[in-house]
Amino acid sequence: MSAAGTAPRWAAALEGLPHEISAEQDGPCVRVALADLREALKRLRDRAGFAMCTFVTCIDGYPKEPRFELCHQLLSLEHNDRVRVRCTLPGDSAPTCSDLWPGAVWMERECFDMFGLRFEGHPDLRRLLMPDGYEHFPLRRDFPHHGIEPDRLYREWDRKRREHWTQTP
Amino acid sequence: MGSLKAIGAESAGEQGSLGFLATRTDWLINWGRKNSLWPMPLGLSCCGIELMAMFGPKFDLARFGAEAARFTPRQCDLLIVAGTLTWKMAQAARTIYDQMPDPKWVIAMGVCSSSGGMYDSYAVVQGVDSILPVDVYVPGCPPRPDAMIDAILKLQKKIEREDPLGRLIGTAGPMRSEAGSGELQFQPNFGRKRTALDKHAHDPKSRLPIEDPSPRRGGGKS
Amino acid sequence: MTTTQVFEYAPSPERIPGDDPLHGELMTLNMGPQHPATHGVLRLIVTLDGEQVVKCDPMVGFLHRGKEKSCETLGWHKFFPHTDRLDYVQPLMNNIGYALAVEKLAGIDVPERAKVARVLLMELSRIMAHLIYIGTLGIDLGAVTIFFYSFRQREELYKIVDAYTGHRMNNTYVRIGGLYADVDEGVEAMVREFLEQFPSALEEIDKLLTRNRIWNDRNRGIGVLSAQDAIARSLTGPVLRASGVDWDLRRKQPYSGYETYEFEVPLGSTGDCYDRYLVRMEEMRQSAKIARQALDRLATVKGDVLIEDRRYVLPPKDLVHTSMEELIFQFKVVTDMRIPRGQAYHAIESSKGELGFFVASDGSSKPLRCHIRAPGLMNIQSLPSLAEDRLFSDMVSLIGSLDFVMGEVDR
Repeated sequence: MSAAGTAPRWAAALEGLPHEISAEQDGPCVRVALADLREALKRLRDRAGFAMCTFVTCIDGYPKEPRFELCHQLLSLEHNDRVRVRCTLPGDSAPTCSDLWPGAVWMERECFDMFGLRFEGHPDLRRLLMPDGYEHFPLRRDFPHHGIEPDRLYREWDRKRREHWTQTP
Repeated sequence: MGSLKAIGAESAGEQGSLGFLATRTDWLINWGRKNSLWPMPLGLSCCGIELMAMFGPKFDLARFGAEAARFTPRQCDLLIVAGTLTWKMAQAARTIYDQMPDPKWVIAMGVCSSSGGMYDSYAVVQGVDSILPVDVYVPGCPPRPDAMIDAILKLQKKIEREDPLGRLIGTAGPMRSEAGSGELQFQPNFGRKRTALDKHAHDPKSRLPIEDPSPRRGGGKS
Repeated sequence: MTTTQVFEYAPSPERIPGDDPLHGELMTLNMGPQHPATHGVLRLIVTLDGEQVVKCDPMVGFLHRGKEKSCETLGWHKFFPHTDRLDYVQPLMNNIGYALAVEKLAGIDVPERAKVARVLLMELSRIMAHLIYIGTLGIDLGAVTIFFYSFRQREELYKIVDAYTGHRMNNTYVRIGGLYADVDEGVEAMVREFLEQFPSALEEIDKLLTRNRIWNDRNRGIGVLSAQDAIARSLTGPVLRASGVDWDLRRKQPYSGYETYEFEVPLGSTGDCYDRYLVRMEEMRQSAKIARQALDRLATVKGDVLIEDRRYVLPPKDLVHTSMEELIFQFKVVTDMRIPRGQAYHAIESSKGELGFFVASDGSSKPLRCHIRAPGLMNIQSLPSLAEDRLFSDMVSLIGSLDFVMGEVDR
């Protein structure tokens, strides 16, 4: 952690990449563009010692466009500090960071499940929390809290079961 | 009435010649069933912890005969749905219910399984009676083990009143949906046309347009 | 339900031993979502080569209740009951984590007595959670007595929180700005009594398990996790410490006054299930030590347990009923509480690892985002790699020792 006005310890690792450091309530964050995101994450891991990825999540700013802001929270155990890398996505796809931190595989799956973000290069991008075959992305702000036909998959399964029983062999 | 009493009355041709014996047999069968309930704990979430506490040392459920908590539905007759049922889990829960042999009873433990509880969201079944027939509902979040034991005792009283051979002989009335028929007890109302009763206090988008044109109440717009 | 199918990567014919009755065929087994040993609703699709696990694919989401969406709909205050039910074996810990994150976002600080009381509640919750771990792992591996011993201790803890908060589980006793009500002497006496008898109860469990031949055989050498692997997989908590990494948020990034308490952080060396067991047992002893210190401090640190910040805290009820301003403040806090625009992430050291809440506000009366960083999700993610090439019965030891609770995994 640094005093106000001086750059944080890890700012040196991002030299050369256009980035913007802002101060939030829990410390400094850095904002990068989508094109530099992967390089920035790689440099933070290799040069600044951020060995652990705490979470990867998204903030949906609907109805503001562009709506998705991807946040990677990183943790450095040896230096005992955290940083959040924020990136406003122009669309709904982003490069994956699961090869940098294997723990991020499920975090990105969850982002896909909840927001519909596609991660290029992800080894296993499928739904994590909602059932397979669910068509909507629940955490988007235009998705209603009660859901849209939440029992559709169950009713389909039930109908198939009853048809199976009433079939004559 | 599906019981030996009725058969006895019919076959003997006079009132109650087998009546006393049949009533005692009914009572005996019901006594055996109610005092040896084998629970199938479907411990889904927090109520599952209180369910474990109920089987634990302080609120020992084994005193009431319900000790053999087998985790396979094929050997159980009491399904305790303890916790929040989500639509993803609903298929598994219904399959478990169908795999249980007759006679079987269901206790919906906690408010999540009774009515959806505090989760009125896109993923939670609003009450397990949307997909299974329930005998006893136990409120609480989670209900104390004392409340659950009270529920088991109420269920035992309910079993006392049952006609034990009704399903076998086919003279029992339609008390519950046939096991394995797949018939939903109550049709859930999601996705259908919303009525005025579907207004939800927390979700402003769910409010219907207000008809009252006075400016205090929104002036006719939603 | 079991099916047999031949996989592309089944061993080539030269590698199959000549007397293998299965001729290299692998079996897919479905474990869950209802299963006594999966500690909640977890579905594992396990591919077996005889008794050896080839591949394991966990499916989660059977308890996904839409909590993050609920926070956006309900509001900052009304979300507290939902946080209880995240890691439902340690409800107060989750409450305090969420309150700390929102307090960080709002930029407010709680009174000293509230900090001490929160530390006491957090350590009692940690003991509760570790008792569930040892009880359920015991009963899964066949040591049924341990279940009853640990639940006996849990009942003592339930008595304490029942007297303090009014309910045994899912207490929801924490508020933004402190706690709902103060700890009184009756509760303090009960905690003291519990802490008196707790070490000997833990000794009993220790004597039964630590040098037990069966316990050792089923836990030693299983699920060995190296330090680099654990860090790369974002594992935290006892799992990380059992691999030898000295990382405890109470020490490294202290909150709620933890820097002023004396306690040790147990570390393991090999990172197997047995080390995780030893780490958790020692953590219970250390938690009892911290709880005793917090209890002694409660006698000297006096004051309120809830700050009087009218922007975020409900005013006292007697004033609400008599004074106009307090009534307006009450109305505003309930319907239109605004936290200034910003983002904050705060993590606490829960019994499973780093439990963090990432809260974001856009200045309006409803939260913009509340992401719950659950340690259990990372634990399950590392299950397939730890279970590969082990026997199927080791799966049960692994699931128990990774110790996740589906409430927080699925949220």
